[in-house]
Amino acid sequence: MRALAARIGNKPWLLSFAGALAVWLATILFTEGKGGGQIITAALAFSTFTVIVGIGQMFVITTGPGNVDLSIPSTIALAGGVAMKIMGGQDGLIWLGLLACIGAGLAVGTFNYILIRLLKIPPIIATLSSSLIVMSVAISYGRGLQIKPPPSFADFTTAQVAGVPMLSLCAILFAMIMAVILERTVYGRATLAIGQNMRAAHLAGVKVERTRCITYLMSAAFAGLCGALLAGFSGGNALNMGEEYLLATIAVVVIGGTSVAGGRANVPGIWGAALFLYLLVTMLNTYGASAGVRLVLTGLIIIAMITLAGGDKPSR
Amino acid sequence: MLHATEKIVSLSGMTKSFGAVRALAKVDLTVGVGECLGLVGHNGAGKSTLINLLAGTLAPDGGEIRISGQAQPAGYGVRRASALGIRCVFQELSLCPNLSVAENTRIYHKSLRGWGWRGSAAELIRRGLDEIFPGHGISPHATVGDLPIGDRQMVEIARAFTVTDSPTRLVILDEPTSSLDAVAGKQLLTYVRKLVAEGGSCLLTSHLLGDILDYCDRVVVMKDGGVVADRPAVEFDRESLVAAMGNVVSDARIKAHARVTAQRGAMPVVVKAVPKLQADQAALVAHKGEIIGLAGLAGHGQTRLLLQIFEAAGQTRADTNAAGPVALVAGDRQNDGVLHLWSIARNISVRSMRSLVNMGLIDGAAEAALASKWRERIRIRTPDIDNNILSLSGGNQQKVLFARALGSDAGIILMDDPMRGVDVGTKLEVYELIRAEAEAGRTFIWYTTEIEELNNCDHVYVMRDGQIVADIARAELTEEKVLQASFREGAQT
Repeated sequence: MRALAARIGNKPWLLSFAGALAVWLATILFTEGKGGGQIITAALAFSTFTVIVGIGQMFVITTGPGNVDLSIPSTIALAGGVAMKIMGGQDGLIWLGLLACIGAGLAVGTFNYILIRLLKIPPIIATLSSSLIVMSVAISYGRGLQIKPPPSFADFTTAQVAGVPMLSLCAILFAMIMAVILERTVYGRATLAIGQNMRAAHLAGVKVERTRCITYLMSAAFAGLCGALLAGFSGGNALNMGEEYLLATIAVVVIGGTSVAGGRANVPGIWGAALFLYLLVTMLNTYGASAGVRLVLTGLIIIAMITLAGGDKPSR
Repeated sequence: MLHATEKIVSLSGMTKSFGAVRALAKVDLTVGVGECLGLVGHNGAGKSTLINLLAGTLAPDGGEIRISGQAQPAGYGVRRASALGIRCVFQELSLCPNLSVAENTRIYHKSLRGWGWRGSAAELIRRGLDEIFPGHGISPHATVGDLPIGDRQMVEIARAFTVTDSPTRLVILDEPTSSLDAVAGKQLLTYVRKLVAEGGSCLLTSHLLGDILDYCDRVVVMKDGGVVADRPAVEFDRESLVAAMGNVVSDARIKAHARVTAQRGAMPVVVKAVPKLQADQAALVAHKGEIIGLAGLAGHGQTRLLLQIFEAAGQTRADTNAAGPVALVAGDRQNDGVLHLWSIARNISVRSMRSLVNMGLIDGAAEAALASKWRERIRIRTPDIDNNILSLSGGNQQKVLFARALGSDAGIILMDDPMRGVDVGTKLEVYELIRAEAEAGRTFIWYTTEIEELNNCDHVYVMRDGQIVADIARAELTEEKVLQASFREGAQT
């Protein structure tokens, strides 16, 4: 048991995958094996979006205490609207729409970073207030209208290969690339160093402000991309489509074994945690839990997961 | 008071392992009432572990702790130790940086409560500071994080000596003088002697062997997790003490090595810096290949000047220029140096990441090679370079910080009093390394609170109140000159 705990301590992401597997088994036990495959397909499809924004959030949280990006939902709404409007339902304009959604994300990220760096506003306040502004821009830009995605784009975002969504395959590849960036590039190492001790990192020659800037821009750019994909997936953009990703991104980061105190990040855990969260809700729905019971149980189970993952162990 | 019959502490058969590393193997130790015991040994000899067991911050794997003759049960911990009158000042400071000096005092003394606790805490710590460090100049209401490390150390020490509900019977001082300047260090040790004369006891560890020989009654020497010598201090001298620790080189060699500097100015100037508070135009000037010493009392702007040079790396500014890359060796390991979640290898390579990149990615093999090379060169004591940095003793962590700077591309190395808590043997190795690197063309700017270390420098600047007040060439360097410059105008007494 001890050895097992130590194993999990070394690989905290194992726990999130184990959790996901456990709730999936509990679900199909109830349905007597029916629909197990479909549930996995759906879990992969919906987790894809959580993973894309979750990884951005993970990098932000890893830069140390107090760093968090609360503007993700508004950015998703704005970028989704921008992408759909520019694509205008035409296949030929898909690439331009994708560039525009990432551009919109970068604009929000730049604004966030300016607030944090030049005005020295704590990130939690800066990104929260910028999210209000971004949402207002999204409302006046799109006037609340839903625009349908171009057919090819809608097809791409909903395509499946042997029951596995295409988009999920892309997101798995994306996660692998981000894991390499985290561990093997100067930028990734700098992020981890800053999260442990910003002053020590600076004195060790790490470019602190450049790294933080890239991190906030990256998180917002991922949110922008997620906005376009989500709009394609759900047949059009909506202002509220980013709502659930505020808490979801923070939850997957923490459940996935990333340290809230910064300096320790885990990319595979984001996938495990995203699957776990989706499957958990599916399980509770299958068991016929009422909305109230579902929320209470979701909360309790998340707390249990985080406790099991050990949170932050004392560093000595 | 030698070998007093009554024992305040008696440890027998103390054993402690950290994973595969055996830190202590059946160690016996006693401290008599009214005795000042010196504990010396190399980094990693087990001193800090032993002290932690005594203070209750670590639980032993085996052995018996008796305090005032009473055997302590298995649950012996910090609270119990404190109730029995054992006070500890650790090498790594334990103050909360976000609280004021007075508030930190309250944490220690639970009996300060009710209205006006802040006032009584301030009064208590002010009295403590005044008694031990007359003329300290520390406000009880200052936030600890804003104080220089020397001041923080004074607060930590004064706090340990203050008394409220339980009397202080044994004070454990782990490297107390390493962050203090010469004057404050002397004040502390004098105070300790007074306490011991009044019947208190003290356990002192220090790498400054002079402190041990001058102020302790008895000396215990540790090596590789065991006690190798236990004799009255009068039976030791510097040479025999160093020999007992298992190191044959004496620091006489430092002096023999002092370089005969060629005509100053033959080499190009690589650093020129005027301190921000400088009233006149006096500047620190370093030529290529020089070792420049930065002296003066702790907290008089030396670190700030180093940071000023650090920020100007590769630039020419109005008051500062530094030609080429600069690396810094932090002295305040916890706050400025160690990246605590990382391995030893990553802590070394962090400064050199950019040069290890191959096709956009950090080359793992090159990184491992860099780390092993420096582990050999600077002899970092570890079974595995991929272990966490905190698995190392304090002195070995400091070696990692040296490796980080010396392994980098920096031609200018700044050192912020880096020898705190480093043993004599390691110091000599590092001195030699610094000298070799300087001869190869690197420039060192070395802030130190140990006047002896200035003997390694080619040129020394003394700072006081944020300004350069003396500029002494190697040939004219004497301890008196440095002290005189540090104290001119009787600014501090």
